[in-house]
Amino acid sequence: MSLSTAIRDVAGVTVIDLSGRITLGEASGKLRDTVRNLLDSGVKKMLLNLGDVSYIDSSGLGELVSAYTTARGQGCTVKLLNVQAKVQDLLQITKLYTVFATFEDEAAAVTSFSQA
Amino acid sequence: MVDARKLRLNLESTLDSVEAAELIVQRMAELNGFDEDQVHQIGMGVRETVANAVEHGNCFHADKTVSFDASIDREAFRVTVIDQGCGFDPDRVPDPLQGDNLLMASGRGLLLMRAFFDVVEVGPCEGSGTRVRLVKYRAKGAGRTSQEEVR
Repeated sequence: MSLSTAIRDVAGVTVIDLSGRITLGEASGKLRDTVRNLLDSGVKKMLLNLGDVSYIDSSGLGELVSAYTTARGQGCTVKLLNVQAKVQDLLQITKLYTVFATFEDEAAAVTSFSQA
Repeated sequence: MVDARKLRLNLESTLDSVEAAELIVQRMAELNGFDEDQVHQIGMGVRETVANAVEHGNCFHADKTVSFDASIDREAFRVTVIDQGCGFDPDRVPDPLQGDNLLMASGRGLLLMRAFFDVVEVGPCEGSGTRVRLVKYRAKGAGRTSQEEVR
């Protein structure tokens, strides 16, 4: 199953709905391109919705970190929404839970950007 | 009749091989009584191992293959992966859990392999390349061990 993306705006926050697997190869590349295009267009608040992401490998994790660091370098904040259990386990194993702000509720996530 | 407990393959150095190895070991684990979480962990650990062999070992070189050997017995799922690269020293891989390494874009594969398998041995292969040996023990009470129950 490949990765599909959909982009929407919620109260000034750019939400990227991701669906599928984020793994080495095409899927990681697609996430990278999507994030870069949004950064190039000036997005400053980005919420990655992982609700339909069933699987991430180390390459996919690396891509999430790259999105975070690249965005931060351009003054953009990246947060995660609806992280599934197996992906949450990976964030624990890799300690990336200390890097990413994660939310289970979209409204709360969107609101958090204005509170920062 | 296919024996779902043993498999030996020479894989091409492609992303398709990574996908195939993951699917194969997951199916082997399912057929031999490993539980859902173990199946996921075996698949992911093998995926990371074969991905390292294909990407970092063989550098996607068309003339190089990855030797893949998987077997299941009443104690464990055992996998050996050998690439034809220049070898590497796992002790020189930066710890991805330390400090600024948390923000590295790569270097987490070995960490995940160690998280999901009980034994992870990485070392040089005779001649050249890297050999990775993985062992995943059955959880206590999990799995079926009699000859009749193992398909």
